[in-house]
Amino acid sequence: MTFLNSLISGLSLGSVYAIIALGYTMVYGISKMLNFAHGDVIMVGGYVSFCLTMYVGMNGWIALLIAMVVCTLLGIIIERLAYRPLRGTGSLAVLITAIGVSYFLQNAALLIWGANPRVFTSLFNGMDTMHAAGGQLTITPESLFTIIANIVIMIVLTLFVSRTKAGKAMRAVSEDNGAAQLMGINVNQSISLTFAIGSGLAAVAGVLMCSAYPVLMPTTGAMPGIKAFTAAVFGGIGSIPGAMIGGLILGIIEIFSRAYISTELSDAIVFACLIIVLLVKPTGLLGKKVSEKV
Amino acid sequence: MKNKKWTKFFVVALSCMMVFAMTACGGGSDSGSSEEGDAAAVLHLGGVGPLTGPAALYGTAVKNGAQLAVDEINAANPDGLQLAWDMQDDEHDAEKSVNAYNKLVDDGMQILVGTVTTAPCTAVAAEAYEDRMFALTPSASGPAVTEGNDNVFQLCFSDPNQGIASADYIKENFGDKTVGVIYNNADNYSSGIYDKFKSEYEAGGKKLAAEEAFSDDANADFTAQLNSMKNAGVDLIFLPIYYTPASNIMTQANKMGYEPTFFGVDGMDGILDLEGFDTSLAEGVMLLTPFTPYSEDEEVQKFVKAYEDAYGETPIQFAADAYDCVYAVYDAFQKTGLDASASYDEICEAMIGVFTGGDFKASGLTADEMQWEASGEVNKTPKVCVIEDGKYVEQ
Amino acid sequence: MADKLFKAIGVRNLKGAVKGSEYRKEALISYGILIIGYILLQGGAAAGLIGHNLQGQFVPICVYVSLAISLNLVVGISGELSLGHAGFMAVGAFTGIVVTRVLEGSIAFAPLRLILALIVSAIMASIAGFIIGIPILGLRGDYLAIVTLAFGEIVRNFMNVLYFGLDEKGHLMFAFNHTIDGIDNSQRIITGAIGATGVTKTATFTGAALLTALTLFIVLNLKNSMQGRAIMSIRDNRIAGESIGLNVKKYKLMAFVISAALAGMAGCMFGQNYSTLAPVKFNFNTSVLILVFVVLGGIGNIWGGMIAAALLTVLPEALRQFSDYRMLTYAVVLIVVMICTYNPTIKSRVTAFIDRIKPKKKDKGKAGKKAGKEVA
Repeated sequence: MTFLNSLISGLSLGSVYAIIALGYTMVYGISKMLNFAHGDVIMVGGYVSFCLTMYVGMNGWIALLIAMVVCTLLGIIIERLAYRPLRGTGSLAVLITAIGVSYFLQNAALLIWGANPRVFTSLFNGMDTMHAAGGQLTITPESLFTIIANIVIMIVLTLFVSRTKAGKAMRAVSEDNGAAQLMGINVNQSISLTFAIGSGLAAVAGVLMCSAYPVLMPTTGAMPGIKAFTAAVFGGIGSIPGAMIGGLILGIIEIFSRAYISTELSDAIVFACLIIVLLVKPTGLLGKKVSEKV
Repeated sequence: MKNKKWTKFFVVALSCMMVFAMTACGGGSDSGSSEEGDAAAVLHLGGVGPLTGPAALYGTAVKNGAQLAVDEINAANPDGLQLAWDMQDDEHDAEKSVNAYNKLVDDGMQILVGTVTTAPCTAVAAEAYEDRMFALTPSASGPAVTEGNDNVFQLCFSDPNQGIASADYIKENFGDKTVGVIYNNADNYSSGIYDKFKSEYEAGGKKLAAEEAFSDDANADFTAQLNSMKNAGVDLIFLPIYYTPASNIMTQANKMGYEPTFFGVDGMDGILDLEGFDTSLAEGVMLLTPFTPYSEDEEVQKFVKAYEDAYGETPIQFAADAYDCVYAVYDAFQKTGLDASASYDEICEAMIGVFTGGDFKASGLTADEMQWEASGEVNKTPKVCVIEDGKYVEQ
Repeated sequence: MADKLFKAIGVRNLKGAVKGSEYRKEALISYGILIIGYILLQGGAAAGLIGHNLQGQFVPICVYVSLAISLNLVVGISGELSLGHAGFMAVGAFTGIVVTRVLEGSIAFAPLRLILALIVSAIMASIAGFIIGIPILGLRGDYLAIVTLAFGEIVRNFMNVLYFGLDEKGHLMFAFNHTIDGIDNSQRIITGAIGATGVTKTATFTGAALLTALTLFIVLNLKNSMQGRAIMSIRDNRIAGESIGLNVKKYKLMAFVISAALAGMAGCMFGQNYSTLAPVKFNFNTSVLILVFVVLGGIGNIWGGMIAAALLTVLPEALRQFSDYRMLTYAVVLIVVMICTYNPTIKSRVTAFIDRIKPKKKDKGKAGKKAGKEVA
């Protein structure tokens, strides 16, 4: 039973990582930058949703939609103000700027919402936990919905990227920026759209994560951000199915090493697995192998 | 190569900015010292603690609690000794903490009320020992804070004492329960209590059924730890952790349908005022704490009301500790018979004399008649409280 | 005279080295910054012009400057992104603390203890660099970055469960995942996540400045050697480097291990400057902070990194007047400085501006130089 219980919490945690990792992976795919501020957008999504339900008394689902809108706008603004001026200057400069943005969001949140942590009201409050096998196996509505949300998002996003015009434009830009521009694709728009989608998903991830693990603080997004980044690399950064697989595997390894090996060393085990995977497959599980041109 | 010119230009620009900032800084401290000249009877208290970062909650509480006490003292006796209070941020980092302490020394601090958290406090305590700056920490409870430093005193109980007191209480009152522990192994406070708790609890031949750790991340998934407790048949979980992760653990346990008794330490105080937390989950939680905002004590009620009016929040134990610290320092300073213009090392020796003299007793919100040992530890007894109907009830 | 001085500080005017004078200039500026900085700070402190706050930061400034120099060896000279520099720093810091503590009984002279600790720290950190470097240096770009990040986190996690202590006879003992039984508090050296407490401080400003000088000496000399040029040619074009018979892995590993050893020494100095040290100090944020120094100072530009490290260490302190808005201001400054330094439009405008305000005398040389650049 421990095995099944751990598997379910692993899948649920992994789904949260996967949704966050999508934001990393899409942004990396299109602009070749590591957006370390992504984790903090999750935190903003959580706070916005919290404030709307708690102070305005809004329904959780409507609050989620508004949080998505706010985060989408935030993503576009961040891209426009902080990242676009540095486009084409090498990934390192943008990486540092992203870290600056991350500090900014954390400290702005501290000033706006204060240092006291909040406890997030679950989106699925009122739904009962399911029990099976004589009460031994528990499935919380949070884990169930997180796993479902992950699958739905993955399918919709894959369809979007492969079937729609905007999605194809995004793929073209990530394949070859210059050529895409010559074909009449608006590169700026495509990149803005990527940030918008990634940040909107971050709001979803924030609400789902805070529903399951309810503590909300200005630093809430930092650690899941790093883990999700790891997940994105695990699966092959730039690949959408890779983000999903990477996230799920990472979540499962984390929970299983806590359950069976050591709670103190679970993070070390997760990162060690990452190193091993990259040694065997240097571009992640589903990453494209880039051949070097002479 | 253009790059280089670039770097040069911006390094110069940045340097200019820094110089500007520094001079502005210097200007600020100058005006501070001239103020000192006008009113001679101002005693400068300094505080160091996390005002940003993940531990910001505790530093902010100390800042506000101390401010309240300072304002009260100043208002009560406008012609007598006045206090000035300056709190600097250390981001819960030893290095930054030493910087903040040094900044306060530069600004004319005479007594240190701090620092708030244990690890930074240990670093600052060593500096304060060398400088001969008297320090009374409201909340840094690790034993390393006072070890070897004759001028550093604690107002909270030390971690080992809490661990021992908790173990004794559990052994005495819950002898038949199977006990497990979840602690934060990346936190000084939590590991400190856990170590002593374990050795004291297991001293009588009993065994802890399960011990699980987590590292710092308050927002983590605790199902693995909780499942391990459940499988070991644990029906009392000792949580030597702060209330933020504790609220997370209780929520997750509830979702799993697992209902053990939770036993906390003073860091658990604050859980009832956590915005958004379903307090019914904390029903039956026991904790050892020196302060609760629900106490019927008149002084406490006055303090809680003033705090809520000023800051819009219910004070946590850290605020009460800081409040008591300021009063203890104020009372002790008056016993020294020194003038507020005395240098900090003079004050330090005189204050050590008062604190270890044997007849100095400080009363406050967190205890009546606190006395200090020469080692720096305080003598006070923790109260055991149980949460019933969303309120603390003293046992 | 000048040549002798250069030789003394290890800058050879190599025959056939095309950029010989550039190296010379770089060395001159780097050592100049260090020496002038040291004299100004030391003199200012002696004259009572510098407050406690800045004096307390002398050693950390030197440490961060050393770290920036050593990371520049990997990021700038070898061209690999590393996000785990704090891991090596951690190895060095805790090694240093254990070594000085063990020697405390037998060697009374603190600087000697410090030197021995620095040596052992460098060895331990280079072993760590070697172990992690061998498998991962085949990875490219961002994948290498994530592995170094993972390494840094693993080190920190292991430090959280590592215990060191001395037994009754003064022998060193260590344990994993639990406290060592039978050792009383005063004999504990490192206690898991609580880290080290009660460290006898041996770091001094002069010592730290000498360490910075040593770091600078090693990195500049390496950059100016045959190996250094090999490393840089691999950075600029790996395939070309391979095709002329350079052992790519060997040179990359060399840069990585030397950088790790230097970071270990800097970490050791850092650990010796505070009476307590917890593993949490060496988290991802610290690695990133060092990377920020390097990028802000200009990737590969040694002295730029030095200045950036010194300024950014002091900046949060200088911003204390903003009180609650301090860290927010810091973030804004960081973003604005990054955009201003790297944005192509602003860049060309300011270059034009500098050219305009420069005295005409230099114009001739400038024009000549510019023409030269275009050809290049």
